[in-house]
Amino acid sequence: MAQVSMTVNGKAASGEVEGRTLLSSFLRDTLQLTGTHVGCDTSQCGACVVHVNGEAVKACTMLAAEADGAEVATIEGQANADGSLNVIQQAFQDHHGLQCGFCTPGMVMSAAALLKENPTPSEAEVREYLEGNICRCTGYHNIVKAIMAASGQDVSSIAAE
Amino acid sequence: MPKDSGIGASSKRREDVRFLTGAGNYTDDINIHGQAHVFFLRSDIAHGTINSVDTSAAEAMPGVVKIFTGADFEAVGGMPCGWQVTDKHGDPMQEPKHPVLAHGKVRHVGEPVAAVVADTLEQARDAAEAIDVDISELPAVVDMKAAVSDGATKVHDDLTSNLCYDWGFVEENKAATDEAFSNAAHVTTLELVNNRLVANPMEPRVAVGDYARGTGDHTLYTTSQNPHVIRLLMGAFVLGIPEHKLRVVAPDVGGGFGTKIFHYQEEAFCTFAAKACGRPVKWTSSRSEAFMSDAHGRDHVTKIELALDGDNNFTALRTETFANMGAYLSTFAPSVPTWLHGTLMAGNYKTPLIYVNVKAVFTNTVPVDAYRGAGRPEATFQLERVIDKAARELGVDPIALRRQNFVTEFPYATPVAVEYDTGDYVATMDKLEEMADLSGFEARRKASEARGKLRGLGVNCYIEACGIAPSNLVGQLGARAGLYESATVRVNATGGLVVMTGSHSHGQGHETAFPQVIADMIGIDESMIEIVHGDTANAPMGMGTYGSRSLAVGGSAMVRATEKIIAKAKKIASHILEASEADIELKDGTFSVAGTDKSLAWGDVTLAAYVPHNYPLEDLEPGLEETAFYDPSNFTYPAGAYACEVEVDPDTGKVTIEAFTAVDDFGNVVNPMIVTGQVHGGLAQGIGQALLENCAYDENGQLLSASYMDYAMPRADDLPFYQVDHSCQTPCTHNPLGVKGCGEAGAIGSPPSVVNAVVDALQSAGKDVTHIDMPLTPARVWAAMQG
Repeated sequence: MAQVSMTVNGKAASGEVEGRTLLSSFLRDTLQLTGTHVGCDTSQCGACVVHVNGEAVKACTMLAAEADGAEVATIEGQANADGSLNVIQQAFQDHHGLQCGFCTPGMVMSAAALLKENPTPSEAEVREYLEGNICRCTGYHNIVKAIMAASGQDVSSIAAE
Repeated sequence: MPKDSGIGASSKRREDVRFLTGAGNYTDDINIHGQAHVFFLRSDIAHGTINSVDTSAAEAMPGVVKIFTGADFEAVGGMPCGWQVTDKHGDPMQEPKHPVLAHGKVRHVGEPVAAVVADTLEQARDAAEAIDVDISELPAVVDMKAAVSDGATKVHDDLTSNLCYDWGFVEENKAATDEAFSNAAHVTTLELVNNRLVANPMEPRVAVGDYARGTGDHTLYTTSQNPHVIRLLMGAFVLGIPEHKLRVVAPDVGGGFGTKIFHYQEEAFCTFAAKACGRPVKWTSSRSEAFMSDAHGRDHVTKIELALDGDNNFTALRTETFANMGAYLSTFAPSVPTWLHGTLMAGNYKTPLIYVNVKAVFTNTVPVDAYRGAGRPEATFQLERVIDKAARELGVDPIALRRQNFVTEFPYATPVAVEYDTGDYVATMDKLEEMADLSGFEARRKASEARGKLRGLGVNCYIEACGIAPSNLVGQLGARAGLYESATVRVNATGGLVVMTGSHSHGQGHETAFPQVIADMIGIDESMIEIVHGDTANAPMGMGTYGSRSLAVGGSAMVRATEKIIAKAKKIASHILEASEADIELKDGTFSVAGTDKSLAWGDVTLAAYVPHNYPLEDLEPGLEETAFYDPSNFTYPAGAYACEVEVDPDTGKVTIEAFTAVDDFGNVVNPMIVTGQVHGGLAQGIGQALLENCAYDENGQLLSASYMDYAMPRADDLPFYQVDHSCQTPCTHNPLGVKGCGEAGAIGSPPSVVNAVVDALQSAGKDVTHIDMPLTPARVWAAMQG
C-alpha cells in the first residue's frame, strides 16, 4: 500500500492505495466521488472521463499512484460556484442530451475538454471527438446539439425538440 | 403555440440536475458498512461435465470470507421462467432446470461455476484464480438447425431434444394459408438472419444483498426495470423468502433496454450470501461479464413467403423461424418469438391469411430474451424486407405496393389474434414523403454518383403492440404474471403530491413526464408533484417498465388514482363550501361552486383532509391518499413510416447514413422533447443492428464479441442528425390518456429501411443483390457486390 495525495476539484485529497488501484476506484471508493462511472473494462466507453492536470483522461486507465500530486477535476466540481449548472451542463439539460445519465459525467467532461481546445467545433468535429464516449440512450443527436449549443453556436436549424 | 407546462409541454427534465452534477444514486454507488464483495468464477467452456471444483487453496487466500459452488444451492430453487408457451400439438414447452451456480454441467461460456466472497473485490478475484475447476469438455451445440437435427448433442440430458417448442400460429389457418399460396399469382420468398445483439446499457448490472439478523429482513439493491417482479420471482421461486421479509430496491438505473427485466442468478446469490456470510455482499459486473451473462437479444433465422394476387394484393403470408433460446430459459424468453412476434406479422397490411411457425432451440450460448422491441423488430424486419423484395420482383414502387395493401379501417381484427384499435398509415406515409423529400431523391442520387458513391433509398412501415397488456389475455397465452400497473397518489396536508408508481424510470423521464399529467388534472404546478419509483417498500405491487408500457399502463393507473383523489377532494370541498357535490368544479387548482363566486383553494382542501375540524367525518375518512391498479383492455398500436438514405462506397462497401426520417403515430404525446429523444435512441440501436452490431460465437461456443473492442457499439460519428415527427396522432381509444408508447419504435422501425436502402443502392448500380444479412459491414457489402 502506498499513500497518494492529489488535488480533486480544488481540494486536497489523499488515501492509501494498492499499486494496482485505478484512479477511477480511488475517486469512487476512497473519496466517495461516485459521479465518475465505470462502464467498461477496455477503456472504450468514456463514462469515467475526468481531467488530470487539465487533460481529459479515462480514469479507468490510469493508476491512482500515477495521479499523485496531480490536479484532478471530476463531474462533482463542474457546476458554477453558486451550485447552478455550468454552460455545458445547462446545454445538456436544455437540449435533452441525457437520458439514463450513466454516460453523462464522461460526456460532460469530454465536452469541456473539446471546447477548451476547439471553442466552436463543427458537427463532424464533435462527433469525431466523442469517438471515445459511448451513449446507448440518446443516439447522440441531442448530445452533439448540446455541445454545439454550449459553444455558442446557433443550433435552431438542427431538427426539432 | 407550444405549451410551457402540463400535457404537451417539453418540460425540461428535473432528474437531469442530479445526473449532470454526479449526484445520481446508481446501485454501484451504494456501499453498506461491512460489505464484502463477490467475484464469480465463470466457465470458459461452452459445454462440459464438471468433475470437480477444488476450492481448498482459494479458501486460504487473504480476505476470503466464503466460497460457494453449485452444491451450496442444491436446496434452493432454480431460476424461474415467467412464460410457458404451448406448442402446436397442445403440449407445454420443454423447460430445463436453471441453477444459481452451475451444478453437474456447464452449458455456456460465462455460466457461474463458483463464487468467492472476500473483504475486497481484488481479494475475491485473486482467490478465484486459485480455484481448480476440472471440466470434461463436451461437443458444443451452437448452430440452431444442427441443434434440432437427428443425433445432435443435447444441451440438457433430461429433455427429449434441443427443441424447446414448435409453435404454430394460427394453427387453424395453416391449411387455408397453404391453399392461398398454391393459388397465388406471385410468391416472393426471402431467407434472412436477425442478428444476435447484446443490449449493452451503459451501466453494467450490480447487486447488493443485505440481511438484518435482528428482524430477518432481506434487502436487495439491484439494477432492475421491475423490482416487484424480482421480489416475487426470487422470493417465491428461488430462495423461499416471503415478500413481507424481502425488499427490492432499484434506484437510479443506467439504461435497461430489456436486459434488466429479467431475474438473474447474481441477484439471488447476493441475497442468499448476505445471510450465509452475515455481511452485506456486493457484486458489480464488469463489461466483459456483462457480455457473457446479460441476456442477449434477437437471433432468429427465418424463411418468409409472401403471396400476391394478379393485382398485387397480399393474399397470404407464411413464415418459418428458428429462435435461439440459449442454454437456459431467461425470464420471459419463450414469449418473445411467439406472442410478441407472431401477433405482429400482419404489420400495417390487410393480409387475410397468415401462418407463423417458430421453433425455439436450446444451444450452448448465453440465454436470449427481450431486447428493445422484443419480437416486434424481428417481425417488422422480415415483413418489410419481403415486401420490398416483392416490389422489386414485380417492378412496382415499394411505397405504392405498401399503400395499396394498408389497413385503412379501424378497429381492424388481424388474422393473428390482435385487434388494432386505431391508426392512420396513409397519413404517416404522406408525412414521410413530405419530410424526407422523397421526390427530390433522384437528384440527390445523381449528386452522390458525381462523387463516386452509390445512393440508395429505403422506406418501410412498422406497427408494434405496446402497453403490454390485458392480464386475462396474457394469462391465456402462458404468462405466469399479470400485466397491470399500479400507482398510489399521496396528497400531503400542504397540497404537494407524491406518486408511488410501479413503473420504473431508467432514462425515460418519468419524474418529469408523470407530473405533467397530474398538474393538468388538478391545475397545479408540476413542481408540486414528486414521483417515487423503484422500491418495493414504497410503491404498491407493480409490474415495471418494458414494452413501452410506462405511460400507457402506469400513467393510466396514476390517472385513475388521481381521479379518486379529485372525487374525494370534491366531497371535502362541497362540505366546506356547503354546496352540492355535483356543483363543485376543479379548475386551475381551485374548487368552485358552479354559478357562484364561492371557491376554495386546492391547499385548503388538502389541509382539511388532514386537519379535519370542519369535515364530514361521519361520511368520509380523513386523509387524501388513493391507490389504483390499471389493467388495460388491449395493447396499444403505435405505427409509423421510416425512410433511410445511404451512400455506399463501391470500392470498400462502407455504408454511411446520409439521412434518416422517422414519422411515428404515438397517439397523444405528453412531453414531445422526451418522446423525440426516445425515438433518437431507438433509431441508433436499430441502425446499430443494421450496420454494426453482431454478437458472434465460434463453432465451439466461444463468445467472440465479449468487449467493446470486438462488439461494434454505435459511436457518434456512425450516426447522423435524425428527422423525427410525431404530429400524426390517432389517440389510443382505450386508455384515459390516449397514449400508445414510444420507447421501442425507433429500434423496431429502422433496420429494414437501412437494408432496403443498401439493396436499392446496389441495384441502382446494376448489381444483382436482393438481400444482405445484418450487420451490413463493409466486408459483407463489398462481398455482395462482387456477386
